[in-house]
Amino acid sequence: MKTNYDLVVIGGGSAGLAAAISAYDHGIKDILLLEAEAHLGGILLQCIHNGFGLHEFKEQLTGPEYAERFANQLIERKIEYKTDTLVLEIKEDKTVIYSNKEDGLVEVKAQAIILATGCLERTRGAINTPGDRPSGVITAGLAQKYLNIDGYLVGKRVFILGSGDIGLIMARRMTLEGAKVLGVAEIMPYSNGLNRNIVQCLHDFNIPLYLSHTVTNIIGKDKLEKVVIAKVDENFNPIKGTEKEFQVDTLLLSVGLIPLNGLLDKVNVPTHPRTRGALVSQNLETMKEGIFSCGNVLHVHDLVDFVTKEGRKAGYGAATYLKGKMHKKGRRIITRNKSGVSYVVPYYIDVENILDNLVELNFRVTKPFEKTRLIVKLDDKEIKNIFKLHMLPSEMESVLIEKEILMNSNAKEITLEIKEG
Amino acid sequence: MKEFICIVCPRGCKIRVNEQGEMEGYGCKRGITYVQNEMTNPKRMLTSTVKIKSKIVNRLPIITSSEINKDDIFRVMEEINKVKVEAPIYIHDVIIKNVLGLGVDIIATRTIRE
Repeated sequence: MKTNYDLVVIGGGSAGLAAAISAYDHGIKDILLLEAEAHLGGILLQCIHNGFGLHEFKEQLTGPEYAERFANQLIERKIEYKTDTLVLEIKEDKTVIYSNKEDGLVEVKAQAIILATGCLERTRGAINTPGDRPSGVITAGLAQKYLNIDGYLVGKRVFILGSGDIGLIMARRMTLEGAKVLGVAEIMPYSNGLNRNIVQCLHDFNIPLYLSHTVTNIIGKDKLEKVVIAKVDENFNPIKGTEKEFQVDTLLLSVGLIPLNGLLDKVNVPTHPRTRGALVSQNLETMKEGIFSCGNVLHVHDLVDFVTKEGRKAGYGAATYLKGKMHKKGRRIITRNKSGVSYVVPYYIDVENILDNLVELNFRVTKPFEKTRLIVKLDDKEIKNIFKLHMLPSEMESVLIEKEILMNSNAKEITLEIKEG
Repeated sequence: MKEFICIVCPRGCKIRVNEQGEMEGYGCKRGITYVQNEMTNPKRMLTSTVKIKSKIVNRLPIITSSEINKDDIFRVMEEINKVKVEAPIYIHDVIIKNVLGLGVDIIATRTIRE
């Protein structure tokens, strides 16, 4: 069995597929891609709704269609991959330990690694919901897998906590399959989902959205019997007297996603306190040379098209590294988020290794903004002042910085902030 | 008075229409067109799954070949739920031809070889 590879890609979802394909197209042929599930495609396989690919293909595809296009590209290139294969550990010397039924426990040595393991749903424990602990409380993505892959409807009367896109999509999906969805509660005063999902998943089926509301009690001895929600004040504390009760057998949680980053623990790669992804350069290289990270394991995306784009960038970065074309690390410009910006990816610009003429900075805003300006500064010097008609926390934003400006500056920091008015 | 959230762009304008058909709250002309379509002839793509006999999965994802009237969604769901197919199925295979005579096919969105 082959135990040496130029590149090992961990994860066969949208990020990993794009990364492997891109590395191949940039000249790296000795690649192994490892996927934990039985099929390539990752979470897209259970996202049977359409709307994927508007940026990538200028058409609307369903999740499985989008996944199949990239899986086919991997197979056409004869890139080696293994499914049903779980990576247990990455070591500092870039040894990857995986196991599967056919090969058993295997150690392979990689020259470079791309981590593309996606993210996990936050569960009830993460949000400290009070009340009983009956069955029937389940994350929205897991309910989606049961329904769309396995064919089981998890309940007949449903309430949903959190207005993230998965929750909204599941409100429609369960309604179509005959369940009654009584409402969606969102603790923020605005929805965390895309507008088109609010309209086509809730309004189309007259499902109420309770903004500034949260679940304050979960009642049921063995099976869930009812949930209680209440309005919250500006500090997110429930307001007495505003409670509403719903008789339901299912509470779906759509309360955020966390990068699945455990494999980096043993490699001592620092992570970002806000995104919980690795700290990376614009080439998506972590603080450990030759280890790259992309997709939802780096930061949670709202559109798969952007995951694909990021995967490609990691593949390009890894290929450049493997060909020995990365320069010795020199000056770094650290990215900083100031008022109105909740985080910036990448964490720093590796100035000696800017591979394209433009460096893309991705960021999210802290709240909805209308008619504001995005200000980009290199240390104290303003280099961009861009009018933004509207920005939402649920939609990732980006700004492009010219390589020349970065090369000709001695700045230590690049700062993004939103100026109102 | 009816209220719509425009989904043409991320701004999500709240557009109100009164009994005379006059609109307010739109940020651009695209909002007017959006609301006119929603008022007269709202259409949606429908995605779901059908049962499949396969070694690896229980459900085959499907989609309508074009948009259907919003009012037909549940009738079409009933037809979809009557179907059971057997692997192999290839992406974009027709699963139901001309469902309910609407001039729209139900097609597979995934290849399931075995």
